[in-house]
Amino acid sequence: MTTWKPDPTFYPSPQMAMEAPREQLAYVAVINPNNNGRPDALAVMDVNPQSSHCGQIVNRVEMLHPGDELHHFGWNACSAALCPWAPHPHVERRYLLVPGLRSSRMYIIDTQPNPARPRIVKVIQPEEIYKKSGYSRPHTIHCGPDDIYVSALGAPDGNGPGGIFVMDHKTFEIKGAWEKERGPQQLAYDFWWHLTQDIMLTSEWGTPNMVEAGLNPELLLGSKYGHQLHVWDLRKRRHLQVLDLGAENQMVLELRPAHNPNQTYGFVGVVTSLKDLSASIWLWHRENGQYAIRKVIEVPAEPADPDLLPPILKGFGAVPPLITDINLSLDDQQLYVSCWGTGEMRQYDVSDPFHPELTGSVHLGGIVRHTNHPNSGPLNGGPQMVEISRDGKRVYFTNSLYASWDAQFYPEGILGWATMLDVKPAGGMALNPHFFVNFGTERPHQIRLQGGDASSDSYCYPNA
Amino acid sequence: MNTYLPWIMLVLLGAYHGINPAMGWLFAVGLGLQEQRRGAVVSAFAPIALGHALSVALVVALLGILQQIMPAGVLSMISAGVLLAFGAYRIATSAAHPRWVGMRVGFRDLTAWSFLMSTAHGAGLMLAPLLLQFNTSGPVHTHGAHAQHILAAGMGLPSTQLLAVGLHTAAMFAVMAVIALLVYEKLGLHLLRRAWFNLDFLWTGALLLAGVLTLFNASA
Repeated sequence: MTTWKPDPTFYPSPQMAMEAPREQLAYVAVINPNNNGRPDALAVMDVNPQSSHCGQIVNRVEMLHPGDELHHFGWNACSAALCPWAPHPHVERRYLLVPGLRSSRMYIIDTQPNPARPRIVKVIQPEEIYKKSGYSRPHTIHCGPDDIYVSALGAPDGNGPGGIFVMDHKTFEIKGAWEKERGPQQLAYDFWWHLTQDIMLTSEWGTPNMVEAGLNPELLLGSKYGHQLHVWDLRKRRHLQVLDLGAENQMVLELRPAHNPNQTYGFVGVVTSLKDLSASIWLWHRENGQYAIRKVIEVPAEPADPDLLPPILKGFGAVPPLITDINLSLDDQQLYVSCWGTGEMRQYDVSDPFHPELTGSVHLGGIVRHTNHPNSGPLNGGPQMVEISRDGKRVYFTNSLYASWDAQFYPEGILGWATMLDVKPAGGMALNPHFFVNFGTERPHQIRLQGGDASSDSYCYPNA
Repeated sequence: MNTYLPWIMLVLLGAYHGINPAMGWLFAVGLGLQEQRRGAVVSAFAPIALGHALSVALVVALLGILQQIMPAGVLSMISAGVLLAFGAYRIATSAAHPRWVGMRVGFRDLTAWSFLMSTAHGAGLMLAPLLLQFNTSGPVHTHGAHAQHILAAGMGLPSTQLLAVGLHTAAMFAVMAVIALLVYEKLGLHLLRRAWFNLDFLWTGALLLAGVLTLFNASA
């Protein structure tokens, strides 16, 4: 595992990552929601256009237990290993850490020697995570300059606080909770950082007890889901600042800081507003030594015939867009926004982050629309987990959210699919008519691209 | 042994420590790129060199004291044992990374970081066989050349100790500065991907070699 030369997939700057060769394989977390005793899986998707299997699942690794509910996952090491205060570039980007969001079990999957044939090499049982970190329901994985960082939704009993724990990037030993001083923070979901500013940001969804049985309308109407961001001192592991988006903005999820490390802004998505069921994107930015936040994008709800709506939405007569994932291209120019309710993927030009411009829109699935792909019949679910290739030319996405929430918004039962957009050089995007992967009654979630993607790596050196 | 040889080796090892990105030049480049100015690269040199010097001085002072209180042969055996054990430890475990550091560092942080990195890598320890030479090359100074008196004296002399730390650090500083400015101004970060060989292997090898040499000297 120790090498003579740095892993060729570690890049000092985002720009160098963009110039790298394109991805040939993608790994997809696949959930089996059918309660038939079969486990979830990690699927290997061929994305090499020269291959005769392009757009097909070429392999799958079944987990060892049913009911894990795979969700997000990440690499043991990445470009952050080049950071100058803890340089150790002679490890490999090799192992995927794949947590079960429901089971709190974590699988360590080796992608070598044959990246198309990954295999499970270690399983960390939930009890070990409970005992060593004090947390449960592991979610986001980020490879940091020193360790692997993992966010977790809550405590082992399903209540708060959620937080972050750290793991060794070679032995996968759990080193313990990350926070030294958590201040007012209780709810957790995603996290990321501005490495060169020594700043971490965390977002808020809800505790396991608030989310596992489904979206609770009482909690929602009472503004009990998360509506804040937390700013932390990454060095001292201390809470610094709360950025409150207002209690009506419920569920603050994916954090996408600018990749170029001399920038100090980023985007975060809000699932829905209690005022009008709109969804929104907010921009945090550094101002006079502190962080500030403001809304820069609002996507309105779409009126709909109540007969076409699931029970949870009938009373509203409208489909909320439900922004459940966003992703920022490595050049910090394009922001992709998944509207899982209305079934729309949007592309914004964010070259001026304070004034995003809508430059593209593709409809697929959706609660009312059920828009089809050129290669499919009517679809359900909607654009959800979205990943961008390093060069920014291709956008991959899948259609399921979280099994108990899938059942509330798509009660007919989501049929899984994954597809790809081609980004137009002058702006805009189009569905790739050939690339459509049908997962049947299984449901794909996060996609990770071989060698890194737009949400896997962080960089310590600015673009030239 | 030639009187000047240990001093030349001390300087060469200084240069070798300067080449290692983990000893500081990479941090200087990173700080310069972050602030987009050469001044930030240059102003990182002094604290990094100071931290390195302090780490080396610690070993020099320790050996100086031990030389006063125990026979040279015993001290050599102990030094050899420590070096070999440290080398073996580095092979057996992956070196832990400092956890309290980040990218926003002042003079004091950078000095402390450099001190810790040098100490954790055994930079001063690697010099032990050379430092012990200053005592065991005793026969040379009976030949009488005045300049050789200082050079060949035991490490207990403060002037010799300062000279050893100073020469080693000067060489480390010079090499670090040249590489950092070359990378910042001309070569660019692509170098990190192409030319960053795993110095840890060589480094551990050097520690083990130092241990063997000390052992050899002790039994000779």
